[in-house]
Amino acid sequence: MGKARKAQGYKEFLLILPFIALVAVFAYFPLYGWIYSFFDYQPPLPFSWDSFVGLKWFKLLFQNQSYVNQTLQVLRNTFAMSGIALLFSWLPMFFAILLNELRNAPFKKFVQTAATIPNFISWVLVYSVAFLLMGNNGMINSVLKDWGLIARPIDFMKDSSHLWLKMWLWLTWKNLGWAAIMYVAAISGIDEGMYEAAKIDGAARWQCIWSITIPSLLPTFFVLMLLNISNMLNNGMEQYYVFQNSWNREYIQVLDLYVYNLSTSKPPVYSISTALSMLKSVVSLALLFAANGLSIGVRRESIL
Amino acid sequence: MDVFAVVFFSLFSFACVYPFYYIFINTISDNKLSERGAVTWFPKGIHFQNYIDAFRIPGIANAAFISVSRTVVGTVLVVLSSAFLGYMFTSDTMWKKKFWYRFVVITMYFNAGIIPWYLTMMNLKLTNNFLGYILPAIVSPFYIILTKTYVESISKELREAAQVDGAGTLRVFFQIILPVSKPILSTIAIFSAVGQWNSFQDTLLLMTRESLFTLQFILYRYLQSSSSLSAIVNASSSSAAAMVAQAQTQTSIRMTVTIIVALPILLVYPFFQRYFVKGIMIGAVKG
Repeated sequence: MGKARKAQGYKEFLLILPFIALVAVFAYFPLYGWIYSFFDYQPPLPFSWDSFVGLKWFKLLFQNQSYVNQTLQVLRNTFAMSGIALLFSWLPMFFAILLNELRNAPFKKFVQTAATIPNFISWVLVYSVAFLLMGNNGMINSVLKDWGLIARPIDFMKDSSHLWLKMWLWLTWKNLGWAAIMYVAAISGIDEGMYEAAKIDGAARWQCIWSITIPSLLPTFFVLMLLNISNMLNNGMEQYYVFQNSWNREYIQVLDLYVYNLSTSKPPVYSISTALSMLKSVVSLALLFAANGLSIGVRRESIL
Repeated sequence: MDVFAVVFFSLFSFACVYPFYYIFINTISDNKLSERGAVTWFPKGIHFQNYIDAFRIPGIANAAFISVSRTVVGTVLVVLSSAFLGYMFTSDTMWKKKFWYRFVVITMYFNAGIIPWYLTMMNLKLTNNFLGYILPAIVSPFYIILTKTYVESISKELREAAQVDGAGTLRVFFQIILPVSKPILSTIAIFSAVGQWNSFQDTLLLMTRESLFTLQFILYRYLQSSSSLSAIVNASSSSAAAMVAQAQTQTSIRMTVTIIVALPILLVYPFFQRYFVKGIMIGAVKG
């Protein structure tokens, strides 16, 4: 029996081997590319082992004044935008609690569908919507003109004032309804008996919310907040890439976008860009473990 | 509070739906009016020439073909592979199962960065190659977690009975696991299809050949470019369409392509909403 089992075990492994190979090639092998941050690699010239430069690029990142300034600016944008999002991370919970208070079931259903649609369209489409509504001849400008509020159209897309807030608003437009779904489900899982008991005791609606709903949702909120904190450096580049233009670059460039922009600059600086993204990965992994450690310490539960 | 809630949600829903309505009514309105921003609430001078002319935009038919192909092929493959791996990782006998499961799942938490990834793809000759859209997306740790959880909930007796009957691993998979897992697989299919359809970054990083551009990518290019696509389309258009109200403008082309790219999602989403919700729920429990 033991031998047959073993043979069966190997056979099963062989069946999944092609998929393991795909994971190895597309997820693990690229890690090997981190060595480029220790070499002077300038594609399309072939890679040469003789071009080893040690920590030159890391030193450049931390010592060369123009790189330091640029990196500080990028970090400022990254933390500003992640920070605003973090400050408002209670919004989905608020949205769900308020939604739960709606009495009219068809309206509730309509709101849920309408509010979650933007989550499923791409950032390119979000940008297109922004462009077509906020451009010179877009709906916003024509309404403002009709009401006599402005004489000449404002080109919102080129305007870089309050950019962090605007990026947060687009992010919220896209994500809020969907992020609330998790809380909606959590609310429907709360024991009805608690509300009934509270009502018998004469609790008002807001008292029920304050002492039953919110405390029941806090664990979910806590986990999501920890995940957000550990993802502070990973804003992704797509949103900022599509909204980026030469008027707003100073405020829109976040780490992920900066890494991309470095690699497409002329001449491309692959090595520096790799060094930076490697530092970013290491720091965010450390943040993730710290958040997880905090979760285990406080709640005795892992978030991973 | 009731009044506040109703007002708040009415405004928010309006903000989510109106932009698509606005763009749509503009695409079927007089193109001279839409260019001036004169269409806000109702279409004016209704015509459908824009959608006919859209097919004359160079490259758009090909981009639609690429987008549809990657969505179909990518989705079919990721559904099959997730179902298969989810099933295999429930096996009691597989050699070093736990290790390989972790080997796959842990990749959710790190990535090497875009340059090492790009160079890997280049070395594999997957840049400017349709397979560059497909191969990296076949194994998805998150979907595997979903299917594994689901398969674990299927009664073990069902599987063992089949094995006793002499059915091999693969036959159990195709004849029992696949049909029984339909609910979770539809959820995965719909998530993956939306993801593939919306994907933009991989085209940006990997593809320079126009014949491999997706709809998302050419839409982005139309929004960026100031070159006059409208002139090309008008020149190739029939005489009837050369009427002023239906002649293409930069705005009309941008709006029409936007609707074409968004339409599949807008049409499909309301009907499949429950699958999406189910997906995030299972993911939240076991993620």
